[in-house]
Parts: sequence; structure tokens; C-alpha cells
Amino acid sequence: MIDVNTLIGPYPFRHVPHPDPDVLIRVLDREELDGAWVGHLPSAFYREPSLGNRELYSALAPFASRLRPVPAVRPDWPKWHDVVRDAARAGAPAIRAYPPQWSMGPHDSNMSELALAAGEQGMALVLTVRFEDLRQRHSLDSAGDLSAASIRSLARAGESVRLLVTAAGREMIEEVHWSLTPAEQARVFWDISWVWGPPEDHLAKLFRTIGADRFVFGTQWPLRLTQTPRANLELLPDDVRGSKMSDARDVCRAAMAESTGVRI
Amino acid sequence: MPAARDAARPLAGPEPLIDAHAHFYHAGCGRADWADVNAARMRAGDRIGITYHVASILGSFGFTSPTYFPSPADVTHGNDAMLDMCARDPQHVRMKVMVNPNYTEHALSEIERCVARGAIGVKVAASRRADDPLLDPVCELAAAHGLPILHHIWQHRRREWPSQEISDGADLARLAARHPKANFILAHIGGGGDYMHTFPAVVDCPNIFPDLSGSGVDRGMLDAALDTLGPRRLLWGCDLTIDTGLAKLRALEVIGLSADELAAIRWRNATDIFPPGSFPRCV
Repeated sequence: MIDVNTLIGPYPFRHVPHPDPDVLIRVLDREELDGAWVGHLPSAFYREPSLGNRELYSALAPFASRLRPVPAVRPDWPKWHDVVRDAARAGAPAIRAYPPQWSMGPHDSNMSELALAAGEQGMALVLTVRFEDLRQRHSLDSAGDLSAASIRSLARAGESVRLLVTAAGREMIEEVHWSLTPAEQARVFWDISWVWGPPEDHLAKLFRTIGADRFVFGTQWPLRLTQTPRANLELLPDDVRGSKMSDARDVCRAAMAESTGVRI
Repeated sequence: MPAARDAARPLAGPEPLIDAHAHFYHAGCGRADWADVNAARMRAGDRIGITYHVASILGSFGFTSPTYFPSPADVTHGNDAMLDMCARDPQHVRMKVMVNPNYTEHALSEIERCVARGAIGVKVAASRRADDPLLDPVCELAAAHGLPILHHIWQHRRREWPSQEISDGADLARLAARHPKANFILAHIGGGGDYMHTFPAVVDCPNIFPDLSGSGVDRGMLDAALDTLGPRRLLWGCDLTIDTGLAKLRALEVIGLSADELAAIRWRNATDIFPPGSFPRCV
């Protein structure tokens, strides 16, 4: 199993212990995970993330067999298409973008172009609904959560689009899913890092209603405990325990198949 | 209500485990699935291996009066429902009596009434700031009965929030200093707000015991709690998310606590602050 939602590097608004790739490897071993998709946490808060991407590629190089880079691309910056192509050449399964942190609204055409460009390269676009609970945010952390409107707008941008939305809760997932056509729904995957388990059983309800195959395993390490999503899966009610979620490779393979016909 | 027990291989191991911060619902809470949610708590508790759920019901949870400002009638109704649950499953369920300190006489009478029927603690929500003098008679009566007081807390109160008169660690510390014979459970360090403010705010109050519950699972939160307060001051609990409770138990194991320290958080600290004999299966 692959953890699709990990990051390295410090977080600007609180101390995060050991956000380093060698520590992530140890965590993957402990949690019996095969590998991870890894972003660069500070880049979400850079005006221009390219230098953060360089740090990411360099930091992950010694661990290339298990840690795959997910660089950030800001689509209102000159030459951003080159960054997307570089990511594809570097073997990135996906790229990350942070519309709230970059003040991009739900219908920003740059974001739609980015989602399409990533899809055409066989990569998913990773979106982050939130990094922290709204109730604890630093006074300077005023970007707000990614909106459902932003996600559905990108899901509707074109057939090549593949979205991996991280850190969403049940209401957000339901609002987006049921606002899309079946073809559009198939373009969107969700990680389970912020979905509640029992007694409210949000994850179980989502598995029953929209299907486990729309979900992938993600933890949001190093911000959150890696033990949480696995605990959530282990506590599913009997009727959905053992449901087969999608694998990270399904997200990429689907995107590749759509754009080039090549399956990886 | 008791579900089929799955005690053979509990996910959190066979040692005793007390959820010091649990809630149940009843038919007057305005949600059609109230019984399902109660059953889900017991199901998940069985799978984890929770020995006792120490629970309260917050009036009507907003249906007929606000969750954190419950009317006296709703407080009584919720406490009645909680008493019924204890009677139906005495092996697994214990009760904290819920009170709204704005209604002093009612609060005191509810404590007496429910203690007589087996309540082992008091629950105070966010009906009044924690250091308000209106809480004094409640604390005095709780101390007289040896009942710990679970107080709803927002970690670091920087402003008012809607639908509650929120308190933080510093507010509770002032109340605890006035009542050294009472023990206080500081609610859900993972329940919102800045827990890094809470730990130093209560470190000098030996009668405050933060619980680990809440949906928040920030890396570093448990380490900071242990560094500042130590394992003898912390209680395990879930509140509204049992999955995060299990995750925190596993994280505590990874941190490297000794078996004795882990047992303190899992159950022993709770047996020390609740009335003697409250948890006969925890030995």
C-alpha cells in the first residue's frame, strides 16, 4: 500500500517533529507501507515553489525506490508548463497545487489549465483541503480551506483530469461527488486522512454510498499521526470492512490510460 | 443495547482501557440514527477493547435547547437516558452527570439524584466560563462525593466562539486552584484550539488531568503533553472519534512509554480520580 499524502520539510505555523525523508522511510517500515508520494511542505507557502521542488527532488533521490516526488506547480507563473514537463520526466506520479494559499478562486482558468496539463502527462493533480483544524490556526494562516466549488470546477475541466483530493471530510466529499456526472466522479479520488470513523462512521457511510474505490490511503504525515487512517479502516463495520480501496497506482494508471493509452 | 462482544483479540490489547470522555444519544436528540451511533460506539469499543465507557449526554444535543446551554428539562432528560444506559449495560457503561451551572439548585439536585443511582463523575459543558463563581457550589458538591469534573475546554481561548461560553486551560486552572480537593478532567486536547497553550497553563495544577480525546491527531501533540505533564496526569479518551483514540494509543506505544506509564494513561489514572470501586474489572 502507498501513502499518497505525505510531505517533507517544516510547517510555518507550528513545530513539526522530524519532517525528513529518512524518518518517513522508518515510518513506512513501521506501518508496513510500501512507499509514499511526497510533497514539499514549505512550497505550499512559497510565492514561487520551483526552488522547493529542487529541494524535494534532491532530498528524495536517495530513497527513490520508495518515495516518489510530487512537486508543486503554480500555474500563474511564467513557464509553468516546463515545470510540469520536468515533473513528468522526473517520474512524478502527480503534482501539487494550493489554490487557497495562492489566492486562486474556484473558477481560475489557470488552475483548469494546470489540471488538464497534468492529466495529459499522465499525472494526477493533488489538492489539499486543509493542513490544520480550523480551530487552531495561526492568526497569519488566513487562506481558508479549499472549497468544494474549486474541486468540482477542476473535475469538470476535461476528460484527462485526475484529481487526488486530500484532507477532506465527509460533507466536502459528498458535496463534490454528488455535484458531478458519473464520468466526472471517476476523475476524482479522495484520501482518507481526515474522514471520521466510529461512532459517526463517516468512512463507512461513504464506502456504502459513493464506493470504496473512490478512496486511497493517505495520512498527511508529518502533520498528523500515521496510525489514524489504518485505525479507521480496522474499525469499519462488518459490512464494509475489507472493502477494496483504490491503490495509488490506480490513480496514475487511470490518468495515463486516458491521455496516452499507456498503462503503468 | 450490548453488542456481540469481540473481546478475544482487542485491537488495543487485553489490558484494561477506560474511555474517560464518551457520549451517547437518546431519542430526544433529534437525530433518527441516535441508536445506531450508540451501537457503533459499543461496537468500536468492543473491537478496541474498551473496558468502560465513562459517558454523559449533553441534554438534547441542540434539538430542544443548545448543546452547551441545555435547559434544566433537557439536562434531566439526558441524565435519565444516561442512567438507563448504565442500568442496561453495567458491565461497560459508567455515567457522568451533566449539569448547567447557570441553574445552581437544579445542578446540585441532579448531582445528588444521579450519584444516588450510580453516577461517578460530573460533566460541565460550556455554559459558563470555568472560573465563574457559579461553578463553586458544583465543585464543592463534587469534591464532597469524590467525583471528578470533566470540563469542556477550548485549547487557548483567543476569542468568543458561537454557541458556547468557552473556557481554556488557564480558566480551568483558576477554578482548580480554588478547589484543591476536587479533581478536574480537562476535555479533549485534540478537540480544537492550541494544545501547546494548555499544557503550561495547567502544569502547576496537580488536580487537573487532561484527556487525550478529540479528532485532532497532530504529530507532536502527545509528545508535548508527556514532556510537560508526564504520564501520571493524562487520561485516555475518545469523545466523538474512536478511530483517533485507537491511533493515539498506538502512537503512545511508538513513543516508547514503559508498560507502567502506558497503563497509567490507559486506565490507572482514571481509577485514581474516580470514586473507589467504579471500575471493578480494571485490576
